[in-house]
Amino acid sequence: MNVATDNPPAAQRRRSREFIDRVIGAHAEAFDLEQEVPRGVFDALAREGVLGALVPAEYGGTGLDPLAVGLLCEDMGRASASLLSLITVHTMVSLAIARWGSAAQRTRWLPPLARGETLAAFALTEPDVGSDVKSVATRVERKDGGFVITGTKKWISFGQVAGLFFVVGNCEGKLAAFLVERDTPGLVVEPIANMLGFRAAMLAEVRMNECVVAGDSMVGSLDFGFSQIVGSVLDHGRYCIAWGSVGLAQACLDASLDYSEQRTQFGRALKDHQLVQRMIADMIVNTRAARLLCQDAARARAEGGPDMIIGAAVAKYFSGTIVEKLASDAVQIHGANGCSSSYPVQRYLRDAKIMNIIEGSAQMQQMMIAQHAYQRW
Amino acid sequence: METGEIRETIRSFIGGFIRARNFKDSDNIFEAGFINSLFVMQLILFVEKKFSLAVEDSDLNIANFSSVDALSSFVSGKLVNGSSRLH
Ligand SMILES: Cc1cc2nc3c(=O)[nH]c(=O)nc-3n(C[C@H](O)[C@H](O)[C@H](O)COP(=O)(O)OP(=O)(O)OC[C@H]3O[C@@H](n4cnc5c(N)ncnc54)[C@H](O)[C@@H]3O)c2cc1C
Repeated sequence: MNVATDNPPAAQRRRSREFIDRVIGAHAEAFDLEQEVPRGVFDALAREGVLGALVPAEYGGTGLDPLAVGLLCEDMGRASASLLSLITVHTMVSLAIARWGSAAQRTRWLPPLARGETLAAFALTEPDVGSDVKSVATRVERKDGGFVITGTKKWISFGQVAGLFFVVGNCEGKLAAFLVERDTPGLVVEPIANMLGFRAAMLAEVRMNECVVAGDSMVGSLDFGFSQIVGSVLDHGRYCIAWGSVGLAQACLDASLDYSEQRTQFGRALKDHQLVQRMIADMIVNTRAARLLCQDAARARAEGGPDMIIGAAVAKYFSGTIVEKLASDAVQIHGANGCSSSYPVQRYLRDAKIMNIIEGSAQMQQMMIAQHAYQRW
Repeated sequence: METGEIRETIRSFIGGFIRARNFKDSDNIFEAGFINSLFVMQLILFVEKKFSLAVEDSDLNIANFSSVDALSSFVSGKLVNGSSRLH
């Protein structure tokens, strides 16, 4: 089987899609409205093996291959961008621990992460530090064989419910990643509500005031803390959001096809008006192109090697950009109905905007893609 | 793989990114300011793929990656050791 282009067995994919549609898609509007995901949903995702997607089987996970992870993210993005972000951040932290954690960290954290007993959040962004990640101001000092962490993290997806935070801080002038438990004294979680999109992503501001963590809380080494550990986690995040954007684009297209068949104006279905057909054609072509770039990124990951990083950046940049236009056209095709809460396309548009900001904004991807092309010293 | 072949493979990968003609196998690529963080990830992924080995958390020591010489002996050591083939 060609891992990058052949889908997993059709029956398996259908089953996974049905599960996601039933447990998430059917309630996505309600989650968005209430800005909350009930605990039972996390449990169901864990039972289905979704939360253990990046956890190796020996620690109780499903250890999915890159294409299967991508398809899972696509199906999640199609159902709910907020839940896509749960899978993204939870698997980012799982990946960091599985790939770069010590044996003790793997044994301690991977089984509860796979079982969904602990949800993980990725805490990099700060009130004054977004794209310029190397300027992280969270201070980490060595003390009595452990570390003392002080700083504030903002916009942390699922921070409201996470039991484990992957915190990026500055230690001795170098950036490094630390595992910080929610009940660490000095750690305070402040919910953030009323975002434009990803409204059910249960965002939080996480304030750490002299949080003392054990000496073995650092993931990997100080030397490679940023370039390798945080770098590989961000690369995975880009990959998830690229695929998730394809899912959201597909949802926009599906909704637009349905609506334009049913709605009649000037005595004909909307689908029979050529200017509507033009929008539909662009949606189809862009969704297919984005999916192909994601499949290409999946192939590069399955093969390993240095090209996989730029593959994910290219896919994320393209998918994140086209989905904004697709969602906007989907609302256009729905007219006033598309602006109302009776149809999901208004949510799609709000979520699509966010795809181009998180996991590296469109501008950051453009810079990375161009700099890669000039990569000579 | 022979030690000489390992060194040549590494040199040709790193050399592909560096214009300096007088770039030597013993030059510290971090200190010389040759590289950025994207390159560090690419270098590790290259080593893993090319030599079918897994770079582990305990290998993430800057001394292992600082020059063609250092990386060649790191890779040779891993291959002789044979303990961490890429899964
Ligand atoms: C819904 C949501 C969920 C999130 N979840 C998380 C999370 O779980 N964990 C986490 O750590 N963070 C999270 N974030 C934060 C997110 O990663 C940041 O918003 C993102 O990195 C951008 O940073 P910023 O918002 O501070 O924008 P800034 O960095 O201030 O950038 C503002 C604008 O300027 C542009 N810009 C910046 N620098 C340049 C430049 N050099 N050249 C050209 N343009 C530039 C940017 O592209 C952007 O358009 C989340 C954000 C949102 C909205």
